[in-house]
Amino acid sequence: MKYKSQKVAYWFFALSMLLFGLQIVYGFIMGFAHAGFDNLHEVIPFNTARAVHTNLLVVWLLSGFMGAAYYIIPEEAQRELVNVKLAYVQLISLALVGVVAIVGYHFNYWEGRKFLEIPRPLDYLVVINVLLFLGLILVTLFKGKRRTTTALVLSMGLLFAALLYLPGMLPFDSQVKDSFFRWWVVHLWVEGVWELIMGGILSFLLIKLTGVDREVIEKWLYVIVGLTFLSGVLGTGHHYYYIGVNKIWLIVGGIFSALEPLAFLAMALFAVNMYRKGEKKHPNKLALYWTLGASIVSFVGAGLLGFAHTLPQTNLYTHGTLVTAMHGHLAFWGAYAMIVLAIISYSLPNMTGRKLYESTLGRMAFWMSNIGIIGMTVAFGVAGVVQVYLERKLKMDFMVVQKEIEVHFMVLLVCATLFTTGIILYMIDFYKHGRPNDEALESVSDD
Amino acid sequence: MLSKQQARNFFLGGTLVTFLAFIGLTIFSFSKTQDQTNDENITEAVVRGKDLWEANNCMGCHTILGEGAYYAPELTKVIERRGPAYINAVLRQPVSWAPHGRKMVAYGFSEEETKDLIAFFEWIGEVDLNGFDTVVSPLAKEDN
Repeated sequence: MKYKSQKVAYWFFALSMLLFGLQIVYGFIMGFAHAGFDNLHEVIPFNTARAVHTNLLVVWLLSGFMGAAYYIIPEEAQRELVNVKLAYVQLISLALVGVVAIVGYHFNYWEGRKFLEIPRPLDYLVVINVLLFLGLILVTLFKGKRRTTTALVLSMGLLFAALLYLPGMLPFDSQVKDSFFRWWVVHLWVEGVWELIMGGILSFLLIKLTGVDREVIEKWLYVIVGLTFLSGVLGTGHHYYYIGVNKIWLIVGGIFSALEPLAFLAMALFAVNMYRKGEKKHPNKLALYWTLGASIVSFVGAGLLGFAHTLPQTNLYTHGTLVTAMHGHLAFWGAYAMIVLAIISYSLPNMTGRKLYESTLGRMAFWMSNIGIIGMTVAFGVAGVVQVYLERKLKMDFMVVQKEIEVHFMVLLVCATLFTTGIILYMIDFYKHGRPNDEALESVSDD
Repeated sequence: MLSKQQARNFFLGGTLVTFLAFIGLTIFSFSKTQDQTNDENITEAVVRGKDLWEANNCMGCHTILGEGAYYAPELTKVIERRGPAYINAVLRQPVSWAPHGRKMVAYGFSEEETKDLIAFFEWIGEVDLNGFDTVVSPLAKEDN
């Protein structure tokens, strides 16, 4: 850690950990309900658990991205954050809005629009919160001594993510149009600007961990985010095949979605090659595991498994089935959860001064969570394919099919337990690092 | 070999072009001659029905237009599949509706609210889904 104000990142990461834990709890509630044990129905019905599960995901990832920005931007801009107190205000208000929204979901206070369930009045608070965050980051960047590509790409991702929140707030009378513009937020976030954020964090980590020349890494960063947008923007079309809009999207979405895995492949090759090229062997192996892991698992989860059902001919059958959940889990884990865990693993020893680089706990956390989530993905995949076949080929009734696939949710729960054990170990490792402190400033100043 | 400047131009240029194309296609697909969203048949009852659909997060269990959660049946073609009387009975239930043991929240909607929701389902059932309805619509129809 080079600047005292980077310490604020720790508290964003701590909030991330807390919300991630809670997200998993609600995931289990849904898993049990699918397996036939919906004993909590009266208190937490499925739609509540679902809204909480997905919204907590978004909030903990955003909190992780914000923490990453508060850590990376001062170091890249070579100056302290312009106002640390406001950063804490932003953290607390983010946590408050999140908590109010989550509690509200238990009392039918929401807007039932997939992923964007936060009610309208709270939307405005989110906007204010994000503006405050962006203000702090951008002013720091522009007052800084240098403006690196890594910092620019990261900030651009955060800025566009904020702008793209707005189409989701437009009111529509038509369910079709509502859905159409909802994807402007959801798709263009996760398959567009969030990848800029991911790319920025990845590039920062590769520069620090491999010692490869910044110019080389940043050049390829441009190529990768270029490929992402080239395929991802028009790739939005794969959400428009069967929701009641023009057939033109079948062609456009089909072609550009097929290109989407290339961006992820490029990212994976880039990360692995930079690692091979690097002469510096940074002692923080765990951070390297998570960094390379993120680039590879995101290629499999987001790239390949996404492509598995974005061809219009396939999607006709898989649209609106558990096949989507299969892709969703590994994609979010690989691309976004792992990159947040990577930046935490890298920055935590630097902020606290405790270099727990080689902990068995940390390694077990990595392997157990990854093996667990791959198992979960397979369970979702089998359930999804069986559902597609029975329901859409053999025309069996929805609930009859659901009974048939209950067993796969038992498998899912077993794998989820393994995954959760890994995450608990990660959290213990996080806790063991202790609090951030100013003495850590000198101890790792050459990073 | 590619320079950093060229890489940046590729990123900025590619993004600009695809984004403009995306906006253009959006305008095209909602233009009068191309629009297939059944927009002209949206009544006040349909809008009230949509508001109820959102206020109760029905999408948190069901799917509509193939979107939502995968815990309860797809409802875009529910009118064609079940008919209004059946839907009316489910929505007005004071206790949990539980086909095959899977419980739905007992909303106990009023007569007016139920009418609005049915209007919403009738409207959405008429949207042209590019063939998705041939896969989804008959699935329960033949069994019930």
